[in-house]
Amino acid sequence: MLQISDLSVTFGGLHALRNLDFQVTEGEIVSVIGPNGAGKTTFFNMISGMVTPTSGDIVFEGESLLGLDPSQVTERGIARTFQNVRLFANMTILENVMVAQHCRTDQKVFGALFQTNAFKSEENAIREYGEEVLSFFGTRLTGYRLEQPASVLSYANRRRLEIARAMATRPRLLLLDEPVAGMNPRESAELTALIGRLRSEWGFTIVIIEHDMSVVRDVSDRVVVLDHGESIAHGSYEQVANDPNVIEAYLGRQVQDEQAEEETSP
Amino acid sequence: MTATSNGTPTLEAPGLDWRRQIRFSLIGALSSAFIALAGMPVGLDRRNIIQPLLSMGYLSLLWVPFVLASLAGSQVVLEGMTERVRSSKDLVAGALVGLGSALGLVALMILVKNFNIRDPLVNWSPQLLDLLSFNRSAGLGMVFWIVLGTTLGLMGGAMHVVPTAVRSKTLTVLLSVLAVSVLETFITDLLKGFQLEIFTDFIYYKRGGLEIVGALLVAALAIVIPLLVGDRITVVRTRVREMPADERSRVNLILLLVGSALLLVLPFFLGKITNELLANVGLFVLLALGLNIVVGLAGILDLGYVAFFAVGGYTTAVLTSPNSPGFSPQLPWPVALIVVVVLTGLVGLFIGAPVIRMRGDYLAIVTLGFGEIIRLLFLSDWLSGWFGGAQGITNIPGVDVGFATVNGIDPRSIFLLVLVFSAIAIYISWRLEHSRIGRAWMAIREDEDVAEAMGVNTTNTKLMAFVVGAVLASFSGAIFSAKVGSIFPTSFLMLISIIILVVVIVGGMGNIVGVIVGALVLIGILGGPKQPGLLQEFSEFKLLIYGALLVWMMLKRPEGLVPNVRRSRELHQEEFLQDAWLKGEIDTDDEENPS
Repeated sequence: MLQISDLSVTFGGLHALRNLDFQVTEGEIVSVIGPNGAGKTTFFNMISGMVTPTSGDIVFEGESLLGLDPSQVTERGIARTFQNVRLFANMTILENVMVAQHCRTDQKVFGALFQTNAFKSEENAIREYGEEVLSFFGTRLTGYRLEQPASVLSYANRRRLEIARAMATRPRLLLLDEPVAGMNPRESAELTALIGRLRSEWGFTIVIIEHDMSVVRDVSDRVVVLDHGESIAHGSYEQVANDPNVIEAYLGRQVQDEQAEEETSP
Repeated sequence: MTATSNGTPTLEAPGLDWRRQIRFSLIGALSSAFIALAGMPVGLDRRNIIQPLLSMGYLSLLWVPFVLASLAGSQVVLEGMTERVRSSKDLVAGALVGLGSALGLVALMILVKNFNIRDPLVNWSPQLLDLLSFNRSAGLGMVFWIVLGTTLGLMGGAMHVVPTAVRSKTLTVLLSVLAVSVLETFITDLLKGFQLEIFTDFIYYKRGGLEIVGALLVAALAIVIPLLVGDRITVVRTRVREMPADERSRVNLILLLVGSALLLVLPFFLGKITNELLANVGLFVLLALGLNIVVGLAGILDLGYVAFFAVGGYTTAVLTSPNSPGFSPQLPWPVALIVVVVLTGLVGLFIGAPVIRMRGDYLAIVTLGFGEIIRLLFLSDWLSGWFGGAQGITNIPGVDVGFATVNGIDPRSIFLLVLVFSAIAIYISWRLEHSRIGRAWMAIREDEDVAEAMGVNTTNTKLMAFVVGAVLASFSGAIFSAKVGSIFPTSFLMLISIIILVVVIVGGMGNIVGVIVGALVLIGILGGPKQPGLLQEFSEFKLLIYGALLVWMMLKRPEGLVPNVRRSRELHQEEFLQDAWLKGEIDTDDEENPS
């Protein structure tokens, strides 16, 4: 589904990603882990078109994504969430998921001004699909909450709404950037189960950046470990967890290593 | 801070907060002196509020001690804290602030009496000293001011000590008297339309201002009317709110129709001046609605909005006027309007395309530049063969509607035309706001990068906002052309862009009602860049007041005079639900983990 080959990006002299190869096949859940500053979020930014790679290629369903605007990438079927929750805070919860359907709908000024039937039915469809997406999270984002501004939500609910908003763009590939960060163990366990359902019920292929190892263990088919912009290991959770390179990247070498101090896992 | 018996922490009545009093006294003293030196007391003295007691000139100084004293005594009550105990100390504090303000004036009087400061401060005039000393000796005037300032400060402080009912009654009375006096032209004109001159002759003095009897009458009405009406308004409101949705929308529709019908017959009961004034307000409502889409909804800070107004105005002039120098098809106005709308839309596209990729400050400055460039093009010799350069285009015929011609000679017809187009603009704004494209605009305003990542093509969507804004401005330009009959580059100064922006900000960004209220208050009462408002005497100080108002709004009420209704309702609902949740009335499974 997604093939990334020999991808590099440099910011000035900094190699954020170096010669990265990465594949996702349809229906997989792949976790991307790695210490802070390993280039995970840059990796997402690059897939979603917010950062242009210096070299290499990103191919999604047979077509290259290079040079596309983020909105065009989203239109091709890739949606993402943000690590530092970025909702449209002054819009209502329902509006947040309604606006995300922008690239799947096409009524313009004319329809809105003359309230054509096409406009009304599309508007209803947008609303219904929005409510359907929100109801995936139980009653937390529905009912009276629909008309409330997103800024009144609790932190965990903001994260849920981020996911709902990404779902509303009707993607095939969903990129989740630390979906359980800041949640308590119970909530993150619950969200882990939901991520499984995102695949089984909604048919999304999922790439997930996560620091919480229990979540990574529970959801992922495959784990890719990044360090200093390079893929240092990949395979199942068990394989990766026992890989000496990974342990070194997280904890430092057994013998003293000058990098150990600054690269501890959070 | 101590804990009271019931556990809520409370603030004890503290001693006088000297620092705060001194700060407010200084502010009062400086503002009084500044207002006096800016020439407001003299300039506004012609305008009576209550004949012969109070003129606008004196009012421009008298509000200072009163308002500052009451501000000095105000406090922010934090959640979980009980209010600070009110005591006579508030009175003392108020009196001190009032005294401080008065001392500012006294110092000024001593200064102007002993030194000639006319050279640096041109607005100072001998009249000012006469006025400040109440046409008596300066010494007596100073004593007067000290007494007056202290008394007013005392009253301002007392606003916090007296029971709420007394306070709100006092404020209602003061504000109604002021409002009735300020709205004199409008009220006289309206009542004349209903043949009720007896009433206005009774309350108003011949040369402006309320008579004392009139003021007393207004005060009495301000007390009696709320008593008669009582809670009925709230009762009706709750009943409407509790109606089922379809019934409520029917009620709203009926109200809307009645309101529009009233507005449509209103011009026939108004005289020339008031119609003219309201037509000007309407032109600014149109402009402000357009800018509201660009700034309020899409969050694009466009400081050159006057460009589209100018293009609309000039295109109409070229297409309809026989005096158009280059090209003069003399089209009828409605046909010209179609061309105007299309052309202005295209200009919006051309200006927007390069500008829209910029953000924030850069975008503001570039739009500012484009606004000026358009005006300079109309002024230039290069294009004077088309647009007449500084001579402009004259003899614009107005709108021929068969049985009459709508032009500036008949402000009533212009006002009607403006009403029709305002209705169209309101409809456009309202429909677009609640559509796919309106949501995309709001998303861009909230966070452009995320909007883009969520599949909104931000470039196209922002361009669309620019074009719709331009089209609404072109309506205003076309009517403006027909109204004034001749247009010049000086009709389209940058100041207009700024004033429209102030109208949008003061009224309430992103809110249609707010924008209309903003235009009514600012353009209707203070006046537009060249158009006089109800307070014609203010024209000299208009920009000063606009600026002061803008600063105050940004500090104290950034959401505008009329904040977004929908949002405040939502916030209200949240409070209600929280209360219910605290009482255990609703059961949510939502485990809270605020971070």
